[in-house]
Amino acid sequence: MPRYGMVIDQSRCIGCMACVVACKKENDVPDEHYRTRVVELVEGTFPKLRMELRPELCNHCSNAPCVYNCPTGASYKREDGIVMVNKKKCVGCKACIAACPYDARFVDPRTGAAHKCTLCEHRIKEGKEPACVTTCLSKARIFGDFGDPQSTVSKIKADKHIRVLIAEAGTKPFVFYLNPEPLA
Amino acid sequence: MSLTRRDFLKYSAVAAAGASSVPIFKSAMAMGKKPEKVVSHVTTFCEMCFWNCGAIAKVENGKVVKLEGNPANAASKGKLCARGNAGMGSLYDPDRLKHPMLNTGKRGEPKWKKVSWDEALGFTAEKLKSIKEKYGPEAVALISHGSGGSFWKYILNAYGSPNYTAPSFAQCRGPRDIGYLLTFGDGPGSPEQIDLANSKFIVLIGSHLGENVHNSQVQEFVEGIAKGAKLVVVDPRFSTAAGKATWWLPIKPGTDMALLLSWINIILQEDLYDKEYINKYAMGLKGLKEEVKNYTPEWASKETEIPADLIVETAREMSRYKPRVLIHPGRHSSWYGDDTQRSRAMAILSALMGSWGREGGYYFPTKASLSLVYPGIPDMPEPQKHKLSGDWPYAIEATTTAMRRATITGNPYPVKGWIANGCNVMKTLPNQKETIEAIKNLDLMVVVDILPFEHTEWADVILPECTYLERYDDIKVSKGKTLSVTIRQPAVNPMYESKPSWWITRELGIKLGLEAYYPWSDIEDYLKKQLEPKGIRLETLKEKGTISFPDTANPFIAPGNEPVFNTDSKKIELYSKALKEKGFDPVPKYKRPEAPSNGYFRLIYGRSPLHTFSRTTNNQWLWELYKENEAWVSAKRAKAMGLKNGEYVVLVNQDGVKSNKIKLKATERIREDCVFIVHGFGNNSKDLKKAYKKGADDQGLITRYAVDPLMGGTGMRVNFVKIVKEA
Repeated sequence: MPRYGMVIDQSRCIGCMACVVACKKENDVPDEHYRTRVVELVEGTFPKLRMELRPELCNHCSNAPCVYNCPTGASYKREDGIVMVNKKKCVGCKACIAACPYDARFVDPRTGAAHKCTLCEHRIKEGKEPACVTTCLSKARIFGDFGDPQSTVSKIKADKHIRVLIAEAGTKPFVFYLNPEPLA
Repeated sequence: MSLTRRDFLKYSAVAAAGASSVPIFKSAMAMGKKPEKVVSHVTTFCEMCFWNCGAIAKVENGKVVKLEGNPANAASKGKLCARGNAGMGSLYDPDRLKHPMLNTGKRGEPKWKKVSWDEALGFTAEKLKSIKEKYGPEAVALISHGSGGSFWKYILNAYGSPNYTAPSFAQCRGPRDIGYLLTFGDGPGSPEQIDLANSKFIVLIGSHLGENVHNSQVQEFVEGIAKGAKLVVVDPRFSTAAGKATWWLPIKPGTDMALLLSWINIILQEDLYDKEYINKYAMGLKGLKEEVKNYTPEWASKETEIPADLIVETAREMSRYKPRVLIHPGRHSSWYGDDTQRSRAMAILSALMGSWGREGGYYFPTKASLSLVYPGIPDMPEPQKHKLSGDWPYAIEATTTAMRRATITGNPYPVKGWIANGCNVMKTLPNQKETIEAIKNLDLMVVVDILPFEHTEWADVILPECTYLERYDDIKVSKGKTLSVTIRQPAVNPMYESKPSWWITRELGIKLGLEAYYPWSDIEDYLKKQLEPKGIRLETLKEKGTISFPDTANPFIAPGNEPVFNTDSKKIELYSKALKEKGFDPVPKYKRPEAPSNGYFRLIYGRSPLHTFSRTTNNQWLWELYKENEAWVSAKRAKAMGLKNGEYVVLVNQDGVKSNKIKLKATERIREDCVFIVHGFGNNSKDLKKAYKKGADDQGLITRYAVDPLMGGTGMRVNFVKIVKEA
């Protein structure tokens, strides 16, 4: 069984926002809402400055608080690791939004249901990569199957020091970050 | 993926047979309960900026729903930037110019009357005929940006005027191109012929590549850094690129020449240059050495406010990696009026590193060429007067600003008609007062565009062009490491009454009695008869989008591939006798720029990765992410002035011109002596409902400009602003 996820090589990210717009158009995301973003952090005082660019999206956690906090079962996790929302079961109670430590969800004003990244599961099905990955100019976003030890993402995970966001939340994310010196 | 792609390509040929015959690909996704979607994929190239990336449009039930890069295309390499991804935002912008219109009011205070194409073009043709009779054909000028421009240049040619201008010369990359031309006998090209992916040492001088998203170049830049290239970023602002730099040199604005000359001096004094290369290919080393000997690191440190030891360290480090050193030539280079000479200094430094024609430096474009001409066109009339390129010896093109001056003064001859195609003249030319004065002098002002930018308010007639996703254009021939051709074809039918430039110019041409120049029956005939003699089938090109001729590459100096320098001496000219003979400095000299007076900041400007000039500011998906620009000011100075981050302020320049309100960005990321804003905002056209009055217009504050004596470039970083609280 595949276990889909992503490695993000932050040293490559140039903050061009192509991923953000590609996602928006691929997935018909409502106006003024986003499934992914690029966070820009700057630390220090002139002229001793450091910058971190951090693409963020749903972490498709193994231990997903959005799923176990959902009262109706609308939020669910597929066997391949992708966290999804069944619009028909969602009552818009926002429990998942409150539970997610990554601010990865919002309510779609058009449907009243929770809306989030699907890792472009419809593209994966067609043998393509998620839209944000395909368009990433800097190849900072690397998509793959962690269930396959020979995949690029598995090899990076095995060979390099990677981290996850807010590890202390215990959510066991499957979006991993390559960044030896993160800013606070 | 490959299977799916092949299917897409197979069907895109059908799709492309014209937006009228809706194509016919049933997506696997549409097999569920929902009604079946009709999906097609149409190859094209992007017009969201001039990089013109090869793209594939996904069309669902007659609507473009997604754009992706075409992997076969070298400009995109299968990827699109934020703007390219948002192309549908232009196509489906509700504020688009929808109908031909005549201005029945005054220029600047228009009253619009919706008219037919026949009436609009009839009006335009009559005016053009009368200008030709009274003043001669050269009294009509084109100001153009973008792919539709080639058709307008063609009609202007047939009409008899040599005055096709583009701000890309005097307001942008002209100084750079001439600086390199004078040194190497060739410009750095567009796209720049640089081998960033294989560089070991990259120097960006005033370039914020990354925020300035030239797609393939950004991809190669990141590749170079990921492979371990050292990076120097010379910029008063801590740009995104500076965030990746080994050394960020926050230079005092306007002193780049001091740093460059000092680097050259150190490299010569310490014998760090590529001797074999210089001995073989260059002339004038002795003269160069003599001219730069006083530019010590200590002296340069005082001018640039970069510590002397850092200047020395970076000079030595870059030399360690020669010839795999890339002094990036930059692009927008009209800054201070001595820009050709500054570019020459960059070219000289590149020569000392031996990087012209070397891996990791500059590459030679393919020698192969492809000239696409429709057979049997009569000769174009010989222009009776010289193009308006001013008195500058190296103004190789008609220049916008010389043309504007002639429009105001009538010297050297009158200009009475302007055609602006894809070019908002209010935002592209410095000193808007002069632009307005010139427009008031015209007998005819034609605007050909997709959106009602502010210059449309000054038009007599508006010809609504359709967007790139609705039209054919000329075949794009690209010469990089390889030769390639790329097609633009409509993904959907033109909306409203908008029309492509190939159609508009042909109809206008016929009305002008120029039908001999338009013998083709339709655009496909026009393209086919150009391509087929070269062995390229239109249908194949439509299917693939881009066709490359990969065996034409020969990018680097090697035995049997010796460089050719088209200079007077046929060598790299470190010292230019040609310049000396014309009364200019044979080796660039430093001139200290005027400093801002008390309470003022130097106004500098640049790009956001989300926008191209002013033309994307009304695009829903780009507007959402960056609605208005901000005034970057040093946190320390903001605090001293009692200004808070995020509050609205007004910028007032040295001539008392006030900006729209703009949000203050108080940040550590900029020097204390300058204010940075992203170019293209502060739109004053009410008809652009999203962009109207959002942010401040840098061009409005650029009332002064310093003219480059070599080629007429307009240095635009010579204005100063003070920050006042919003009233």
